[in-house]
Amino acid sequence: MGLELYLDLLSQPCRTVYIFAKKNRIPFELCTVDLLKGGVTQPSQQCPCFSTAILIYLSQKYQTEDHWYPAELQARARVHEYLGWHADFIQGTFGVMLWTKVLAPLIGTQVPEEKVRRNRTALEEALDKLNARFLGNKPFLTGQQVTLADIMVLEEMMQPIALGLDLYEGRQQLASWHRRVETFLGAELCEEAHGPIMTILEQMACKTIPIPPPEAHPPMLKRLARIP
Amino acid sequence: MVLELYMDLLSAPCRAVYIFARKNGIPFEFQFVDLLKGHHHSKEYIEINPLRKLPSLRDGKFVLSESVAILLYLARKYKVPDHWYPQDLQACARVDEYLAWQHTTLRKSCLRALWHKVMLPSFLSEPVAPETLTATLAELERNLKLLQDKFLQDKAFLAGPHISVADLVAVTELMHPVSAGCQVFEGRPKLAAWRQRVEAAVGQDLFQEAHEFILQIKDISPADSSTKRALMPGVRAMLQ
Repeated sequence: MGLELYLDLLSQPCRTVYIFAKKNRIPFELCTVDLLKGGVTQPSQQCPCFSTAILIYLSQKYQTEDHWYPAELQARARVHEYLGWHADFIQGTFGVMLWTKVLAPLIGTQVPEEKVRRNRTALEEALDKLNARFLGNKPFLTGQQVTLADIMVLEEMMQPIALGLDLYEGRQQLASWHRRVETFLGAELCEEAHGPIMTILEQMACKTIPIPPPEAHPPMLKRLARIP
Repeated sequence: MVLELYMDLLSAPCRAVYIFARKNGIPFEFQFVDLLKGHHHSKEYIEINPLRKLPSLRDGKFVLSESVAILLYLARKYKVPDHWYPQDLQACARVDEYLAWQHTTLRKSCLRALWHKVMLPSFLSEPVAPETLTATLAELERNLKLLQDKFLQDKAFLAGPHISVADLVAVTELMHPVSAGCQVFEGRPKLAAWRQRVEAAVGQDLFQEAHEFILQIKDISPADSSTKRALMPGVRAMLQ
């Protein structure tokens, strides 16, 4: 039995796993899950943060090139160090805009203005730290080569970018880093993985976006309530 | 030059690193950074970790932050027994899975439970709205249920039959609400039994020693106003 990946490309962690698997030519069966239609992934893949565990597992099982998750002690420690900070400041924060602009309106509700403002502040602060403290003058987040951390961050960035936010104004290092990572991955793979999220606003405008069924509303409302 | 660990045992991630290093006989110098006196905001400490968080590790010129990164670095460098962070792919993935989940869920709940129930009102003389405390305790309940039903299930330890860094990280977090007077293990026999097993595996003495300070937290004297002013912004950001 081969590898099955249950993914919805609207989700940042799902895109990260998809991109990693495709870039490394890891054979898998794509089991598309439509989160908007109330599709539920395997329990172990429900929580976005599990993508770290999945990426590490895939890198080890399929023996991908060392740079993704370096074997060297200190280099690997830097990846984990970044991922620790990422869990606190990036995860959860960069996905809120999709809720504000798309998901909440789709189920007839809205994210309170105060929460939207708070999220925006958190986003800007995280971007500043990412730009200055983590990236600095390095080509990639933890060193000279692309690691799992870079693709995790790229996909988080795509969420607000797809919703029209200019993340990189005044953040030259981050802008260059983004281009560098996309160049490394290749235009074709990026277009494929980013297609659905990049057209989400258009789908909203044309009303071609699927409406979540009533049974999907309670977990969505619970998720909305957890936005700080 | 010996390894330095910058810690305060008030912090759950510090306790996990402390227990791990001590249990595995890893030689280190304990550099105490007093959180309640705001020493993490000192110039000296900011040079070690500009993000002002604990724990930090300094190994010669190599400085590392984030407790999970530190635990895994120590595990690999000092070649600790395999069960702490297994070589086996799937066993390791189970540990990674827990470590990834806990960051934004159980850890946050445990931190909020301690601060909303004890630290804000008693130490910082900052009242907490009843709805806030209720919401925090409800979220804690939810995460305790997930810990028990999704992660532990019927296993001896979180990632399998043996103790791993996942268990250390979890148990040290849970001692936050325990110390604040929350019912964590009462009414949850599976979790209670797991806690006994973790304590036995770590060693009662070491476990008690690491938790000596946090277990007395309800007796803490209120901070003076200048300490309160210095700490409040960081506390608010931490509890966000």
